[in-house]
Amino acid sequence: VGALGLSASDYVLSLPITLLTLFALGILLIDLMLPKEKKWVNAVTALFGVAFSAAAIWNPFRENILTYLQAQRFASHPAMLNSMLVDRFAVYFWYLFLAATAVSILMSVRYLETEHENHGEYYALMLLAVAGMMCMTAGYDIVLIFIGLELMAISTYVLVGFLRRDRRSNEAALKYLLLGAFSSGIFAYGLSLFYGLTGSTNLVVIQQVLARQVMTSQYRPVAVVALITTVTGLLFKIAAIPFHQWAPDAYEGAPTSVTGFMSVAVKAAGWAMLLHILCIGLMPMRSIWLPLLVFVSIATMTGANFAALTQTNTKRLLAYSSIAHVGYMLLGLIAGTPTQLSADGIKGILIYLLVYTFMNLGAFGMITSLRHKNVIGDELDDLNGLYSRAPVEAVLMLVFMLSLAGIPPLAGFWGKYFIFLSLIESGHYALASLGVLYSVFGLYYYLKIANAMFMGKIEKGEEKLPISFTMRAALGVAALATVYIGVLPNRFIELVNWALGIVQNPAVARLTH
Amino acid sequence: MYNHILSIILFTPLIGALVLLFVPKENKDAVRWIANFFALAGFLISLPLVPWFWAQRFEPGFKFMEGAPNNWIPSIGAGYVLGIDGISFLLIMLTTLLGWISILSSWSAIANRVKEYYIWFLVLQTGMLGVFMALDFFLFFVFWEAMLVPMYLLIGIWGGPRKLYAAIKFFLYTLAGSVLMLLGILFLYFHHQHITGIYTFSLTSLYQTAPHIYNDYGPQVATLLFLSFFFAFAIKVPMFPFHTWLPDAHVEAPTAGSVILAGVLLKMGTYGFIRFSLPFFPGVLSNPATFMHMTMRGWMIFLSIVGIIYGALVSLMQKDMKKLVAYSSVSHLGFCTLGIFALNSAGLSGSVLQQINHGISTGALFLIVGILYERRHTREISEYGGISNVMPVYATITMIMFLSSMGLPLLNGFVGEFTILQGAFMERWKWGAWAVPGVVLAAAYLLWLYQRVFFGTVTNPKNEKLHDLTPREVATFVPLIILAFWIGLYPKPFFQILEQPVNHAISMVRGPDYVQPGIVNAAAQPAAIVPSATPAAIVPPAGTPGMASPMKKGKN
Repeated sequence: VGALGLSASDYVLSLPITLLTLFALGILLIDLMLPKEKKWVNAVTALFGVAFSAAAIWNPFRENILTYLQAQRFASHPAMLNSMLVDRFAVYFWYLFLAATAVSILMSVRYLETEHENHGEYYALMLLAVAGMMCMTAGYDIVLIFIGLELMAISTYVLVGFLRRDRRSNEAALKYLLLGAFSSGIFAYGLSLFYGLTGSTNLVVIQQVLARQVMTSQYRPVAVVALITTVTGLLFKIAAIPFHQWAPDAYEGAPTSVTGFMSVAVKAAGWAMLLHILCIGLMPMRSIWLPLLVFVSIATMTGANFAALTQTNTKRLLAYSSIAHVGYMLLGLIAGTPTQLSADGIKGILIYLLVYTFMNLGAFGMITSLRHKNVIGDELDDLNGLYSRAPVEAVLMLVFMLSLAGIPPLAGFWGKYFIFLSLIESGHYALASLGVLYSVFGLYYYLKIANAMFMGKIEKGEEKLPISFTMRAALGVAALATVYIGVLPNRFIELVNWALGIVQNPAVARLTH
Repeated sequence: MYNHILSIILFTPLIGALVLLFVPKENKDAVRWIANFFALAGFLISLPLVPWFWAQRFEPGFKFMEGAPNNWIPSIGAGYVLGIDGISFLLIMLTTLLGWISILSSWSAIANRVKEYYIWFLVLQTGMLGVFMALDFFLFFVFWEAMLVPMYLLIGIWGGPRKLYAAIKFFLYTLAGSVLMLLGILFLYFHHQHITGIYTFSLTSLYQTAPHIYNDYGPQVATLLFLSFFFAFAIKVPMFPFHTWLPDAHVEAPTAGSVILAGVLLKMGTYGFIRFSLPFFPGVLSNPATFMHMTMRGWMIFLSIVGIIYGALVSLMQKDMKKLVAYSSVSHLGFCTLGIFALNSAGLSGSVLQQINHGISTGALFLIVGILYERRHTREISEYGGISNVMPVYATITMIMFLSSMGLPLLNGFVGEFTILQGAFMERWKWGAWAVPGVVLAAAYLLWLYQRVFFGTVTNPKNEKLHDLTPREVATFVPLIILAFWIGLYPKPFFQILEQPVNHAISMVRGPDYVQPGIVNAAAQPAAIVPSATPAAIVPPAGTPGMASPMKKGKN
């Protein structure tokens, strides 16, 4: 009961987003007062913002306030006039974004100092991007989703071009901006058609109207056009082939710390949005988008794996690797029947995004730390003999690479495991075989990095690699998560079950208790 | 200790690797001593298993079981379950022994990045032991894949000139096979759930349901599943035509890496066939339907025989000693797979024994080549000649191991190959007949190699000053020579250990009612073994009247 027709619970549920925005604005203010050598305070403030936001999501905390306010208990809470649904799915992703952001912030401190671009705006933009991601993930209304998307995208465009004096960074930002704006336009066009067809911007209403009326009416062709444009926009955002061209350039040119952030948080947000729109709003059209995704997935796995083979720039190689991972994840959506999703497939995507966050951030963190003095450090040759320059970090990088390749018992295996499991479960044997063979293929280029680190010769007789304390902390967190999730995944599988509301298989429960 | 002996054996090397992490890498000798200590400890700690296992060798089922199904990852049904039978028992003993010997042999061969080397080697050791101990399919798969990483690094960092190529080829090849196996495993997992309603990777549960796939889904699906496992194991063995990674990996790997690769890693493939392919797909193996003019079992036999002959012929023309030994592995492992797919007790027990023999003799051959390489840094046969004049002890040991490898009676190779051939002849005389030339060719390429390298006068002046074996080097050979003579002279205990699991495996493939001609029921007469010490127990199969009995008398 308040202004704008919002109730108190609306404010509680959107508190994490509000807090992030406030902290972002706060950083902009504090930054003005900070002397040049104290800029690290910005990073600390940003970390506090992340921590407060995480605390505000924390379920018991929220539940207590909500019970107090409304004396009601639901697993999920519609908020903001039904435009937002803070369910477990959203909470899962929110935590994922915050974890990725915290690690990214740790990785950025030293890097920005080296680049002499240590401005508070960097952290403010990062927090704002996360606020946008949170709207995308919890949004049940295409308007809110779109606003969140734009908030995230615009913040990221600026972050990509953050190295003002670097031509590559500027070029990357421009390319990213142009293609991003283009894809947002296509996406908005598709959504507007759906609004016209269904008369609502709410995903649930869209689903119902599509299922009951549109799909059997004369407007079906319009719905198909709307679907194709919407899916095109979505696939642009997650960088699936053939809509991937922006990714390698943007990843290569962006500041490495931003690349890491983009490749995990921005990508996860794109996935959350894609899952919401395809699995709720456009679920009645599954039989139409399914073949599209099969094509895109095969094209993505094929194109990205082949393109990655020949890369000599590590960031570009990892960009293609990240595109390839999108191909595997799409298989999780394909699993199931033409009318029914596979629960294991969606579970696979969620686990994939979780493990991918840590292993890929770790990999980009390692590349970030290669930037020192006059060395840019993003070529494969810069990794040569890394083992003798930084043994611990080289071993961690090996862990990240093997995890990306999906070697058990490392975290990356579990993402692939559930994806392929869902394919076998629903009888897509050929796709599953293709997927696993491509993952073997992928091992080749990850091993190229391992080869350079462990077997390559150091060229210029370089001394020890200076790695900052915060970077060590970030790499440590990423590696610990990668190994821990890999060896003892049970808790995390249950977490994803919880997020998706999957009841643990009673048969398994019977065997163990 | 009795209840957790397998876990203790499994993790001793890993603990050694963890301890090594904290040793400063500049102190190379300390690293060496600690690594050798843990390698020896790993072997010694596995010794109590021998009497304990011996006491219950005829009892059915897996022994020393540990853990419970689904206790590791309950939400998917994977468990930490360990257990062994006679087959895995022998392979585990071989692994701990060869692991210790290889680490001992690396003392002076590895001079740079010593600490890393021993850490990866000990990790590898744990991975291999895990493969042989795991009774949960998921656990097995994790060990199976994880052990590729240290092997890749061992080849890639400490290998020869083409090490990068060899390391990557090894990794990609074996991974490609095993990912398909993962899909097969998942199929079995869902099939088990369809039947019982329980999601589990527990091997003992899957044994109950997997054979029904043939009836539930038809021969085609079952054959595809069989193939998905086949590729994983065939690449590992390696069976012809999946062997091309092996010469590269062997030639480039450091000596100890080759020893482990030949001695243990290849056995993981044959072990996989015995442990999984046979009991899971009896229908496919007995299916009379032909696929490209041959039954599935016929194809297995065909590829084995081609491997035997091809490997031996290629060995014959090698100029590089290590490559010669590498190709001889293809030939020897062909015998092992031939024995497995003969699908009778003689063939299967001979195959397992031959796997142990191959670990002993080929492991020793790689050590022998490594010792020359360490002194001269070349493995070209033409560089040598008359070595027996300067290194007499070395020449003697080499002779023993060569004779063992080529299957001379009184030494181990003979017993294994003979029993395999016996099993093959029992099924079809043609199978045995085609495989026999492999034995002859083995004698040819090994004796010819010996002649070129050891006999005559010293032809190359560089070889005149070579020093003979050091006590440490002799120590690496002593256990292998003892075992070679033991198995050659008195193989009975080994056959007794193998009797129960082999008969069990055969009854799982052939059905419980199948009675192997000439094999006495184990339960009724535990002393009767294959091939028996009492020749009367063996009825020579029709068509091969003169083959079985006379040679057996000579052996015992």
